[in-house]
Amino acid sequence: LSRIGDELYLEPTESGLSLRAVNSSRSGFASFLFAPLFFQLYEPGSAGPETELFRCKVHMKSFLGIFRSLPSLEKSVGKCLILLKPRASRLVLQLHCKHGVTKTHNLAFQECERLQAVFDTRSCASHLCAPARVLAEAVVHFPLTLAEVTLRTGPGGKISLRNYVEDEAEPSKMMVTELWLAEDEFQSVAVVPGSHITFCLKEFRGLLSFAEASNLPLTIHFDEPGRPVIFTLDDTVLEVHLVLATLSDLQSDSQSPSTNGVSHLPAPSDDFADDLESYMVAMETGEGGSERPPSPTFPLRTPRPAESEPEEEEEEGAVPGTPPHKKFRSLFFGSVMTPGRPGLATTQEVLAEDSEGE
Amino acid sequence: MRFRAKIVDLACLNHFSRIINTIAKLAKTCILRLTVCKLYFILSDKVANGGASMWCELSQGNFFDEFQMEGVAAEHNEIYLELMPENLSRALKTSQSAKAVKIKLTNKHCPCLRVAVELPSLSSSSRIVTHDIPVGVIPRRMWNDFREPSVPDFDVSIYLPVLKTMKSVVERMKNLSNFIVIEANLNGEMNLKIETDLVSVTTHFKDLGNPPWASEDGCQSSAQGRDLESMAEACIDIKKLQQLLAGQQVNPTKALCNIVRKRIVHFILLQEEVSLQYFIPAIA
Repeated sequence: LSRIGDELYLEPTESGLSLRAVNSSRSGFASFLFAPLFFQLYEPGSAGPETELFRCKVHMKSFLGIFRSLPSLEKSVGKCLILLKPRASRLVLQLHCKHGVTKTHNLAFQECERLQAVFDTRSCASHLCAPARVLAEAVVHFPLTLAEVTLRTGPGGKISLRNYVEDEAEPSKMMVTELWLAEDEFQSVAVVPGSHITFCLKEFRGLLSFAEASNLPLTIHFDEPGRPVIFTLDDTVLEVHLVLATLSDLQSDSQSPSTNGVSHLPAPSDDFADDLESYMVAMETGEGGSERPPSPTFPLRTPRPAESEPEEEEEEGAVPGTPPHKKFRSLFFGSVMTPGRPGLATTQEVLAEDSEGE
Repeated sequence: MRFRAKIVDLACLNHFSRIINTIAKLAKTCILRLTVCKLYFILSDKVANGGASMWCELSQGNFFDEFQMEGVAAEHNEIYLELMPENLSRALKTSQSAKAVKIKLTNKHCPCLRVAVELPSLSSSSRIVTHDIPVGVIPRRMWNDFREPSVPDFDVSIYLPVLKTMKSVVERMKNLSNFIVIEANLNGEMNLKIETDLVSVTTHFKDLGNPPWASEDGCQSSAQGRDLESMAEACIDIKKLQQLLAGQQVNPTKALCNIVRKRIVHFILLQEEVSLQYFIPAIA
């Protein structure tokens, strides 16, 4: 998840604990759902008729820092307790180690809206399933710095991976590497012949290492260029999804009109339309309105114009680094929410008036 | 103009890859010259290369199981290509367990050296990875620019110390200075020196031995009143020396250098199947 984004979203649900991340350009989203059976004890908390289950996000680095050295953790840690304390604004991670040592980490979190990319693997025309090892052996031929790779279905049922060379670069100077995999290297192949998609290799590599380490087969669901590609891993207690935007074909102008502006992958390309955008139910949209409970905790957001520019994490307004939660709150008491945002203003309680006035 | 070659033996492939890795460290772009019997990697001493030049010669029979070449014309049965050795190095890097590696000159959208690696797989058919390396074809009229450099009229010729030792010394010196003085005499002694405002460091090597070069009149060059102890020195760019030493992944059978006082240092690294010459000009 840290290969995707800088913030880790934790969302306890009835069906398990979901950990998610999104990248800054909103072109990549990943979620790991751990079923209750994965844990020795799982209490998602109680959701009342008006309150949802608590969710939050923390800095990825802070979270990862606790699990820094896996080998030594495996040797010394007996149990790990994860506890959300909304009132104390802390996510508590407690490692119960040998010799009676307990390490308790209190992480500051920020509340957030539900981070959910809208996607449906069933609506994809093509599906491929392969052991992670096969795919890992395939990507090893591409340099680590390569940004994008094209997956193609070719003649004879073969599947190819090729490095994507941007059109701006001189084609006569770039080395092109292509790898062909036979159909029988895959566990299942159900693809539209002649189809192809181009996606970010770097973000995919992250999932691939995980899949390899867990020895799980990886399924790739894809459709036309421009529509997101979905990678899934399935296990009895774990469900993983990685959704990546794909490059749309030059000729295609039919971008989804509901696309919230244009985001781009780190390697910018003018014709790159981040169609993932239109599938993302961002924090600020959709879930607003009267369903939102008036909560004593102030949701953290920067006012945004209704017609958006490239999606930015609302936390852009947040003080970067490790601001004390309280300090951040004080910036937003009485803050002006955009009038274009129906429902929110009415449900906000102003807990403290801005002393300077408007 | 055609070229196809194939390597099947893993040891040959490994050796060939290591040579390419060495070349890639020395030159960003170089010339690959193909003849019926040999391959040459050539870097000419243009200003763009910092004045350094390289000549590397391999016998194709030692590496390739198949080697077919047709040059530009019958009386000029050679091919000169310009390429980036780094690309070739990358293509071969992940082919170390290959069943076969084929190299072919193609011209689809532009001239390319296509490296096709056949890899083992659990399925019924092998995995094929192709790397299309863009190359530039050098026209015949420019071939004269890439002739084998002659051995300079050197003042001292001496065998190099164990390359690994020399490499670690030079690497440390590189942190302190951009230039290094290499000096040697006909008594088997060599010094590597750096000097800055703050510090000067000298490493002394002795008992290195001096290679016997037969001179034109048949006498050993060490005779005729040459002062055995007198040092010939040249100040060169330390980075170039470090690159040369860093690229050596296997100890050559023979490693020596010829120093022309204040002009140029000519390094010769010889192995059974390959010879590498590298010229580093002296800084004025």
